[in-house]
Amino acid sequence: MAPMIEIQSLTKRFGSFTAVDGVSFTVDRGEVLGFLGPNGAGKSTTMKMLTGFLHPTSGTAKVCGHDILEAPLAAKKMLGYLPEGAPLYPDMTPRGFLEFVAEVRGFGGGEARRRVDEVIAKVNLASVAQQRIETLSKGFKRRVGLAQAILHDPEVLVLDEPTDGLDPNQKHEVRNLIRAMAREKVIVLSTHILEEVEAVCSRTIIIARGKVVIDCTPAELAARSRYHNAVTVSVGAERVAPVRHGLSMLDGVQSVEDLPERDGTARFVLIPKARRSIAVEVGQKVREARWEVDELRVEHGKLDEVFRELTVTGKH
Amino acid sequence: MHNVITLFKRELKGYFATPVAYVFIVVFLILAGGLTFKVGSWFDAGQANLQGFFTWHPWLYLFLIPAISMRLWAEERRQGTIELLFTLPVTMGHAVIAKFLAAWCFTGIALGLTFPMWISVNYLGDPDNGVILASYVGSFLMAGGYLAIGSFVSAWTKNQVIAFVLSVWLCFGFILIGTETILDFFAGWTPRAVLEALASFSFLTHFTSITKGVIDFRDLVFFGSLIACFLFMNAIAIELKKAD
Repeated sequence: MAPMIEIQSLTKRFGSFTAVDGVSFTVDRGEVLGFLGPNGAGKSTTMKMLTGFLHPTSGTAKVCGHDILEAPLAAKKMLGYLPEGAPLYPDMTPRGFLEFVAEVRGFGGGEARRRVDEVIAKVNLASVAQQRIETLSKGFKRRVGLAQAILHDPEVLVLDEPTDGLDPNQKHEVRNLIRAMAREKVIVLSTHILEEVEAVCSRTIIIARGKVVIDCTPAELAARSRYHNAVTVSVGAERVAPVRHGLSMLDGVQSVEDLPERDGTARFVLIPKARRSIAVEVGQKVREARWEVDELRVEHGKLDEVFRELTVTGKH
Repeated sequence: MHNVITLFKRELKGYFATPVAYVFIVVFLILAGGLTFKVGSWFDAGQANLQGFFTWHPWLYLFLIPAISMRLWAEERRQGTIELLFTLPVTMGHAVIAKFLAAWCFTGIALGLTFPMWISVNYLGDPDNGVILASYVGSFLMAGGYLAIGSFVSAWTKNQVIAFVLSVWLCFGFILIGTETILDFFAGWTPRAVLEALASFSFLTHFTSITKGVIDFRDLVFFGSLIACFLFMNAIAIELKKAD
């Protein structure tokens, strides 16, 4: 089966500045792709080209087989798009706005009304459906933005920073919505919140200075961290010295990093050599020496550290 | 076509969603009436025509039309809704035409609401209603010309104030170019053909000729091609500026 999204060496230049530089990837049905990168890396520009808002300088993209340059309207019909910041017409009510979108999407009369009702229920907008959009809270506005993106039940959803600027509860809601839709759609979402990637994405692409620097699963991404398989040890501050010393001498341990002391409990991280699993080794040593340890926790890796390494230093 | 109608309806409704539309209409009617009766001394003239009413239209439109057109695209770009609009299955041409037509229709409504003038003049005397009808058509066409210019200017900026000021100046140029003063300035040293070409670009020249009661084909072509030309440039301007 052909991929749902196919991006072929997409490039966008603004004057002498290259915002997106030969980006290529494909996305298949059932995937939730997290599109990561620092601000200004080219995430939004890539999405704007994919959704047909900006013309690429070179390269192209296909949405469900429709080329965005040769058949822009056909491609746009397959797409739902939430632009960055969820822009909306402030003078309209959510219902009026959604009815407008339904009409532009080609739904008439009863069908339009049915779809608008359905989507209002889906994103929980009923309580504010008749209020002017400019009077709504950020969370509601974002939901209106999501509602217009999913109104025509598109195969492909492109969401540019869907949770940016929302409070933790609102973030949670939006993520639940995304997760609920993930089963039947292809979703591409951009974010710079790394926890979001672990929360909703099945695959991540990191882009820096307009280029793809890595394309893998969130777990694989975490595995690149030097904290992958590291063990965090918590132990009473008065007993820490021998424990710390003893564990640092283990074969598998490369180095020890101290964390700030909290409520009389000292904490340190044992960094393994070559990201090897050292949990068993550490556990045995603790048991043999009969140390009273409060907590041993295996780390999966710190995404923000990998992110920084990939985007700042540009190393692979 | 279907999308033009949908977009047109949304735009037109948008005017009446805020008090702006009503304020505009009231200001337009007060100014149109005030200028005719007070400044133009319509009653003292003792003539059964609306000449004294239509004379003011180029100058009224000069400030009022840019006030409508300034938000057309500037606001769309400032709010970011332009991204929403052009990622819907809508073409550039559809959007430009729909927005223009909605604004034009709105000015048509405002113009139509001056009908008491027409009733008054018919009540008081026996005017040539053909001339009045032609003048209304001419005024409406001229409003379209101003709007197309304003819409084009609005596409270049996110700032409505800048759009307003630039539109006023550009429209002013289109009035001025036909006035005696400007033509006299060129008269001494430019060939007659150039002079006539310049004058033929003026709103005043064409509007005045229509208000005499004859809708000349050339006047229709002028306003029609002016509107088409500026809307075409409008679409190009959006394409060029939508990235920033």
